[in-house]
Amino acid sequence: MGKVGIIGVGQSNFVRGYPGSIRELAFEGFKEAMKDAKIEIKDINASIIASAPEYDKQRSPAGVIAEYLGLIPQPTFYIESVCSSSSMGLRVAYSMIKSGLHDIIAIVGFQKMSEISSSESQERMGRGADIQWESPFGTMMPAYYAMYAQAHMAKYGTTGEDLAKIRVKAATYGQINEKAVYRKPVTMEMFTDPESNISATVAKPLRVGDCCANADGSSCIIVANEEKARALCDKPVWILGLGAASEAVNMAGRDLLTGLSVGIEAGKQAYEMAGVTPKDIDVAEVHDCFTIAEMMAYENLGFAKPGEGKDLITSKETYKEGSIPVNVDGGLLSKGHPIGATGGSQIRTITLQLRGEAGEMQVKDPEIGLVHNIGGVGLYGNVTILGR
Amino acid sequence: MARKEVDDRFKKFGTISFTAITKTNDFINYLEEGKVMGTKCKECGAVYFPPRSDCAKCLNSNMEWFEITGTGTLLSFSELKYAPVGFEDDLPYTIALLDYGDYKVFGRISQEIPYEALSVGMKLKTEFNNLPGGQLNYVFARP
Ligand SMILES: [Zn+2]
Repeated sequence: MGKVGIIGVGQSNFVRGYPGSIRELAFEGFKEAMKDAKIEIKDINASIIASAPEYDKQRSPAGVIAEYLGLIPQPTFYIESVCSSSSMGLRVAYSMIKSGLHDIIAIVGFQKMSEISSSESQERMGRGADIQWESPFGTMMPAYYAMYAQAHMAKYGTTGEDLAKIRVKAATYGQINEKAVYRKPVTMEMFTDPESNISATVAKPLRVGDCCANADGSSCIIVANEEKARALCDKPVWILGLGAASEAVNMAGRDLLTGLSVGIEAGKQAYEMAGVTPKDIDVAEVHDCFTIAEMMAYENLGFAKPGEGKDLITSKETYKEGSIPVNVDGGLLSKGHPIGATGGSQIRTITLQLRGEAGEMQVKDPEIGLVHNIGGVGLYGNVTILGR
Repeated sequence: MARKEVDDRFKKFGTISFTAITKTNDFINYLEEGKVMGTKCKECGAVYFPPRSDCAKCLNSNMEWFEITGTGTLLSFSELKYAPVGFEDDLPYTIALLDYGDYKVFGRISQEIPYEALSVGMKLKTEFNNLPGGQLNYVFARP
């Protein structure tokens, strides 16, 4: 059976308060991916629409968006696994192409988070946890990840300073990514300066600077079977490995508090399917919704041993020039995290890297890239390995 | 014919409950008696916290209640400076996870323990707690 290739990638700018509707937002990522793929709308056999539904006023957004993108009468449907929705969409598209059911599929991820206030948004994020047994205690995403940070610090001696280094790296690249929502620099000093908003505590030990920027945005990935990919695209990027996993929604059901079990499990599956090891990865996008999440991803994906993530960032090995560049597009921390669009944006970044088209963010001649995309607080995990 | 009464006892759980109707509603009555309870499968012996009305190990629904007693080990915790909508008046508060060996319990730290006194690995007990407005939950307190 043939391979599945990525033939087009696109994303909107990630912004605060997108001045348009969800269908108009989705159009931006789709249009860029279509220009990239240089195909016609009728070439697409099906569309997969991905977002987290609690931010949408529109019931069943897939049909509305497919129509706006000109993708009718082709089949369209909705995929949701919170923040990893568009990676899950890619997984489903892969299987539909492998089965021979479709030749070319567009995966459109979007999120317009700004329709609701930041605290309402936090409340909805909290309800991504166990609403019966945990949300009544007043939980939210930063606090859950803060519990992971606290456990990581207690076990391995990781410090707030180590976590701050991850944000400083993200901001380094956010400044040169014109699609990023947060374009400003972040310095280590800002984390200890009481005058700086970056140092303000959100949920101990995490500070504002440890948390990703909410944003509105869309992304689109167009995939094709091997025959079409070779015929239509000069530089197809192949899907080499796919991994996916789930974990107990409540913290009480979890055994590991210093890493995300879904990241470990999905990573293992993806490495095995691709026939590669962590050492073979030349560039990676990991789910840094919080600085601690990137630290755990280093360890869960095998870029560092458990507890040694802090050494990897301290030695700057995850910078563009390092041995394993991670999130050199600014990551969720600075590029922004429009839930349903995030996975597609990560896949876009790695695709551009492998094609040598990442501009100022380009790492040197990468052959194999990895995308690590987590849904909820380690509730869902997708790892995708791509190659030239 | 009398209208069947809706059993929505669970809406009393926590500052804001997002669930009203569940087969584990008796949890609330036990809380009112000062007891925090988990469930145990009568068929295979699996123990669950949070309580479940169905066993995922053997697919039976023959469960019994057991009381959470003694101390657990503090696995992790976080003090919130921002809260979700509806929880602002509770700030600051600390959420935490206690390990009892066969199961774990997620909840809040008692207001009587200052954040500075907390450390991973310390022993705490789970106890019933009254909230404003007749709501109920449980907190982790010094043994
Ligand atoms: Zn059982």
